[in-house]
Formats: sequence, structure tokens, C-alpha cells
Amino acid sequence: MISIQLAIMIPFIAALVIPLLYKKIPRIHVGWFVLIIPTVLFIALTRFIPSIAGGNTYINTVQWIPSYEINFTTYVDGLSIIFGLLITGIGSLVILYSIYYLSAKESLHHFYSYLLLFMGSMLGVVFSDNLMVLYVFWELTSISSFLLIAFWYHRKKSRYGAQKALLITFGGGIAMLTSFIMIYLMTATMSVREILSTIDPNHALFIPALVLLLIGAFTKSAQYPFHIWLPDAMEAPTPVSAYLHSATMVKAGIYLVARFTPVFGSSEIWFWLVSCIGLVTLFWGSFNAIRQIDLKALLAYSTISQLGLIMSLFGIGSIAHQLGAGENAILYTQASFAALFHLVNHSTFKGALFMVVGIVDHGVGTRDIRRLGGLMSFMPISFTIALIGSFSMAGLPPFNGFLSKEMFFEAVVNVSQSNLFTIHTFGLLFPIIAWIASVLTFVYCMIIVFKTFFGSYQPEKLEHEAHEAKIGMLIPPIILAVLIIGIFLFPNQLGDYLLRPGLASIFPSLKGMHEPISIWHGFTPALWMTIGVVVVGILIFRIQSRRKSLYIPPGKWTFDQLYNSALEQIELRGFKITSLYMTGSLRDYLVYIFLFFGIAVGGIFLLTDAFHFDFSSNAPISLYESLIVLTMMVAGIALIFAKSRITAILLNGVLGYSIALLFVLFRAPDLALTQLVVETVTTALFLLCFYFLPKREKENSPQKTKRFNVLVSILVGVIFVVVALSVQSGKLFESISAYFENAYELSGALNIVNAILGDFRAFDTMLEVIVLFIGGIGVYTLIKLRAKKEDENVENQ
Amino acid sequence: MIVIMLKISLTLFALAIFISLYRIIRGPSIPDRVIAMDMIGVNLISAIAAISILLNTKAYLEVILILGILAFISTIALSKFIERGVIIERKRDR
Repeated sequence: MISIQLAIMIPFIAALVIPLLYKKIPRIHVGWFVLIIPTVLFIALTRFIPSIAGGNTYINTVQWIPSYEINFTTYVDGLSIIFGLLITGIGSLVILYSIYYLSAKESLHHFYSYLLLFMGSMLGVVFSDNLMVLYVFWELTSISSFLLIAFWYHRKKSRYGAQKALLITFGGGIAMLTSFIMIYLMTATMSVREILSTIDPNHALFIPALVLLLIGAFTKSAQYPFHIWLPDAMEAPTPVSAYLHSATMVKAGIYLVARFTPVFGSSEIWFWLVSCIGLVTLFWGSFNAIRQIDLKALLAYSTISQLGLIMSLFGIGSIAHQLGAGENAILYTQASFAALFHLVNHSTFKGALFMVVGIVDHGVGTRDIRRLGGLMSFMPISFTIALIGSFSMAGLPPFNGFLSKEMFFEAVVNVSQSNLFTIHTFGLLFPIIAWIASVLTFVYCMIIVFKTFFGSYQPEKLEHEAHEAKIGMLIPPIILAVLIIGIFLFPNQLGDYLLRPGLASIFPSLKGMHEPISIWHGFTPALWMTIGVVVVGILIFRIQSRRKSLYIPPGKWTFDQLYNSALEQIELRGFKITSLYMTGSLRDYLVYIFLFFGIAVGGIFLLTDAFHFDFSSNAPISLYESLIVLTMMVAGIALIFAKSRITAILLNGVLGYSIALLFVLFRAPDLALTQLVVETVTTALFLLCFYFLPKREKENSPQKTKRFNVLVSILVGVIFVVVALSVQSGKLFESISAYFENAYELSGALNIVNAILGDFRAFDTMLEVIVLFIGGIGVYTLIKLRAKKEDENVENQ
Repeated sequence: MIVIMLKISLTLFALAIFISLYRIIRGPSIPDRVIAMDMIGVNLISAIAAISILLNTKAYLEVILILGILAFISTIALSKFIERGVIIERKRDR
């Protein structure tokens, strides 16, 4: 048996090789090479079945990031093998189909690379035991699905659909990641198997983790109200729709719910959320499906509806976790069993139906049911397959959908009689909604068959003459159709070998208890419900087909509308908010900075009561010192009100010289020297610029802004002064200047300041020199390297 | 005795600087302001000299010299600016 890690990696490696094969061997359709991979994997996985059915599981670990407990651990048990077989099995059929579906003119190397990428990541999702690895593969499915939906990227609708799918599934993916992190915080393990035994349902994070996990699962599986991306994903090529959006990717959410049922299933919220959202999706999907005029959109909504059915069954099945081992528990595990059974069934008939729709589309050039009709005599084989698929979906014997639909009815009838979780209050709603939804399902199944293949043939509305497809295109749906009937005839073989071990991994404590599936099980309520579905369904179909147009336009309040307007509003509001504060005016930005300084810094100091004043250690102030300071104050204030620029420059010079005098007073000769020189140079520079400056104009901003400016500047000044005084009053440690007083012994210098600059902390000096150097070069380049008059204005590009 | 005298003279120098500041602010013409600026420089020289006696140090002698040069240069620069509008003239042959 091959290692599962290898099985997951093979598609990825193949995705690398495929473009090479496409270029080097152009004569053979590259799909034939691709076909080998899922077929081999399928055969390899089937070899696990006997031992899995015997209760074995396989764990294999390859270390990835052991320090974070992130390891590529695979776990093969009943549940994952079901999905693994579906992915590889349907995958081979879809690739075979796509060889005939896609012409050699398409960019096939892209198509098959994406598809293999998807297949590998999907296998990774179902076989991963490590939460983070599961998440990585989960997002890879989203990305590859995005690439596949937009395969015909020159179409606007494809790009829209791809973006929508990506946004919604990524949103869910992030929710799931959050949930995984919460689970890790609760259990301190990344392994799904170990979570089961260590999770504590009373932990504060238990409910948030549960809800976020479900959001992840619901977005991926297109549950209400996150279902809106699936119909738009129908812009993908039909093999992609058949594979991703009916058989595999949308079941990733289902897989997640099934996998985490043992973890969260004992919670009441889990039951209510999963089963109610499932039922709502079931109803909403089937209701919308009958309104569609495009066959693929119809199938998309029917997929949504069927996924809702499976989801609600898993929700009902989770009750068994409350009951423990016993007769009652079996009653509810039967619901999960039905879910697994329907999961397999749905993959078969929905895959077949999508392929048939693709054949019809390929054959006559349209999928619009108003233009189709009377194709039965032209496409007999496709018709037969469509009939089998639709009737199986509608839940009629002798097809596998009948069995799972019966089990579904049984489950909802059972749950309505349960007395747990106060179900009895609304319990009756379960079978009623399920029954109505089944009637609608029956109606749209009739639409698929009768509107397409019966009625009058309208050649003038079709692009091509109707004809049967090539045999290669028909083989995959034929295989699926045979499976549909085969599963009906021998349901217990499938049940014993695949579904029972799958059930055992959903209910580890109730190992594989289930009743055998029987084709004829007596006159139970479920059977009467099915008969009712058929009768009422036919009636509705008759009434509805009399109407000219089947299509009921959607109302104003749809989730699509909500999604579109949300995107629009986010963009619009975001732009508005940004343009509200990003004014492009330096003055405003300075106001933000100063206000932040005033409010945040000053506010925090005030709140924490950090100000502390102590003037006892201050030196006395003499008269001449205060006179100098007074001069500076007057000069500073006059500077603000200076009318002409030259006055301002001179006042600035006064300030600089006074500072130099203060340096002298405070015994800093080096500073005073430097200050004098720098001040003179600065004044000269100001005068240099003067010539080039425009005439100074009076600032004519409104009075309010001026007052505000004054307030802000006073605020900043006060905070500076207060902080400085406060710092001065509270000296916590002795100054280190005593060390530098040994400058002569340490570095042979008499001037401490110069010793510090050139010896103790020469590194700073070096960098300051570099700053001056850069400044000089900057000035030189600015002056010398400006554009000449004839040159193009390169700076604004 | 000398300490008190020096302090009194320092106070007077500071007062002179303050009064020159009044001339800079009030104007009325630019030459008035430039002369006032020059006067501040000269007062500073004297004040620094007084301070270095007061502090009993020779460290400020360079400051005095530099200030003498700078006050002269800045006054020249300002005067030239008032007269020509620029400080450094471009080469004639361009």
C-alpha cells in the first residue's frame, strides 16, 4: 500500500509536469496523461477498503514544523476513505469526460494543472489529521477552485463568479482558522484524533469555536445564507462544475461537520445550527431551483438543496451523542448513516446530471430550458442517463436516491418525536419542511427531464443540429448511471464496506451500529410521504408548465443583492472615509499628529497621574537670565505675528543668538560656538531662499481654523512644558556623567564634550557626519540634476 | 564687589538686547532692523566677555572671536541682500 502522503503529493507533482507534457507532446490530448493519476490513486485507495472495514485505521506522520506541533499527519479511517474514493473516482471520470469536452484549442495545460492542484488539496483536506495542515489544504482548494471557475477569464461573468466564490470561501476559511486556533488553545493539541478525548465542553471558547467552525463549513458547502457563490460558479467549464461544485469541494464542509461531530456533537447548539441551517438550505435551494431557466443554474441550486439535506441529517445524527449506547442512539445514528449514504448517492447522480447537461450544451449550444425540448429522439443515451439521474435525485425507485430519501424521511420523523433539546416544540416542522422541499425537488427533477427531452423540438432556436455526443463523452455518465442502479440493488455491500466504518469514525463510542438498508421496508410513514411527494409533485409540475414563463424574477431583497451592495458600499464608504481625512494638505496631517500627541500622550499621563512637580532642587534665577528669556519669549511671539518675511528671519536670528547666550550662561562653550555658526549659516540660507519664494500672503483660512490652530499649539506647548518640568523634578537615578569626568585618564582629553563626541560615543558622530554628507549630496542633486526646459517631466511619472 | 558690578552690567546688556528686539519688531524700515540685529551681536560679545570673567574661565574667548566675525558677516549679508536682493551673485559671464 502506498503512503497517503505520497498519494496527496502525486497530484501536486503531476501538476508541475503537465505543462511540460503539453508543450512536448502536442499530438496527444494531455488529459490522457492526467487520467492515469486519479485512476491509480483510486485503485490504491480501494485496497484500503477491506482492512478499513475490519476496523483498522492508518496513521502516518511526516514532520513539518514540529516545534509548533504542525506535522503532515495523515489519518485513514472510514470517513476519509469514503471521501478519498469519491475524489479519485469521480475525478477519473471527470477527466475522461473533459478530454472529450474541451477542445485542443483551450489552454489545457492550465486546466489540468489547476484540476490536479485541486485534487491533491482535496485529498489533503480529507486525509489530514493536523488542524493546520487541514487548513492549508482547505485554502488550496479555495484557490484552485477560484482558478478553475475563472478558466475562461476573458468572460466578465467568470471573473465575477470566481471573485465571489473566493471572497466567501476565504471568509469562511478565516473563521475556520480562528476556530482551529481556539481548539488548540482549549486542548493543546493539533491532532483531530486527540481533540476528541481532551476537549472540555464547558470551556469558555467551546461555543465560539463551534460557531466559527460551522461558518467555515457552511461557506464551503454553500449553506444558507452563504449559498450565493455556487450558482455564479457555474460559469466554470462543465467538468469543473461536475467535479468541484457537485461531488467534491462543496462536500468539504460536509466532511468537516462529519469529522467534528464527535467533538462538538454533544452540544445543543451544534444540533440546532446544523440541522436547521441544513433544512433551510434544503428548502431554499429547491425553491430557487424550480425558478431557474438555465440548466446549470438549476443544478447548482439543486446541489445547494441536496447539500442542505445531507447537512441536516448530520445535525440530526448528532443527537446520538447525547443518548450514549442504546436502542435510541441507533435510531439517530441511522440519520448520519443516511447522510453518508446520500453523500455517495448525490455524487453519483449529480455528477451524471452535470455531464449530461454538458453534453446537451455541447451538442446544441444552449442550456436555456426555454429553447430546449424534444431532444429524446436525438440523444437517446443522454436522455436515459438524465432520466436515471433525475429520478434518483427526485427519490424514486429503482434508483439509489430513493433509498437515501426514505432514510431521510425516517430520520426527520424520528427526530420530531424526540424529547431532547425541547425539540418537541418545533419538532413537527422538521418533517413538514423536508416534505415540501422534497416536493419541490421532485418538480425540478421533472423540469430537467421533461423540458429538455420531451415536448417539441425547436431547431430554429438552437445553434447546432441536435445529435448524440461522442461515445467517450458518454462513458463517464454511463458508469455513474450504472452505479446509481447498482447501489440501489446492492446497498448493503456499500453500507458494510464503506459507510459502516465511516459511521464508526463519526460515532467512535457506538462502533458501527446500524440497521441494514432494505429496499422494501413496509408501509412506514416514510413511504407514504414519498407517495405524497410524487402525487403533489406531478400536480405542481402540470400547473407550472402551463405558464408561459417558468421564470419568476428574483425580488429586490436577495442575498446576491446584499452581497453586491455590500461590496459596493464597502468600496464607496472606504473611499469616502479615506478622502475624508487624507486631504492632501500638510496642515491637516500635522493637526492629526499634534492632536494625537496631545490627546494620547498627554491624556495617558493625566489618566495615570504621572505628573509630579518638585522645584526644591532648582537653581535660583538671576535678573539677567530672566531678561534673556523674556527677550526670547517676545521674539517668539512676535515671530508668529511678523508681517514681512525678513522680520521673521531676523527674529529667528534673535532667538538663535539668545540660545547661544543661554549656552554660555550654562557653561557650554562648544555648544555656544556651534550654535552661533549654525545660526548664522541658517539665517544666510533663509536669505538665499528668500529670492525664490513667492510673495508672502496673509493666511486667509477661516477664523474657526485659526482658533483651532491656536488651541492645538497651546495644547502641545503646555504638554511639552509640563512633561519637561515633571521629568526634571523626578530624578530616579544618578547621572552617568561622573564616568566621563575621567576623560583625561581614559582618553587623554581635557575637553569632556569633545572626548564624548570623538571617543566615548564616536559612533553617533560618524553617523551624524554621514547625515551631513547625505544632506550635501541631496542639495547638490536637487540643484544640479533638475529637468531642463526641453526635458520631459520625469519626476511626476 | 566685581561680581556685583558684572551682574549689573549683564543685566544692562540683557536690557539692551531686549530694547534692540523692540527695534527689530517695530521696524519701521529694514535697515533699522538690520542695525538692531548688529547691535544685539555686539551686546552679546560684551555679555559673553562679562560672563567669562564671572565664571572665571577662558573657554569663551573663541566664542567672542567667532561672534565678532559672524556678526560682521551676517550684517554684510543682510546689507547686501537689502541692496541687491541676493547674497551670492552669479558669475557675470553666463
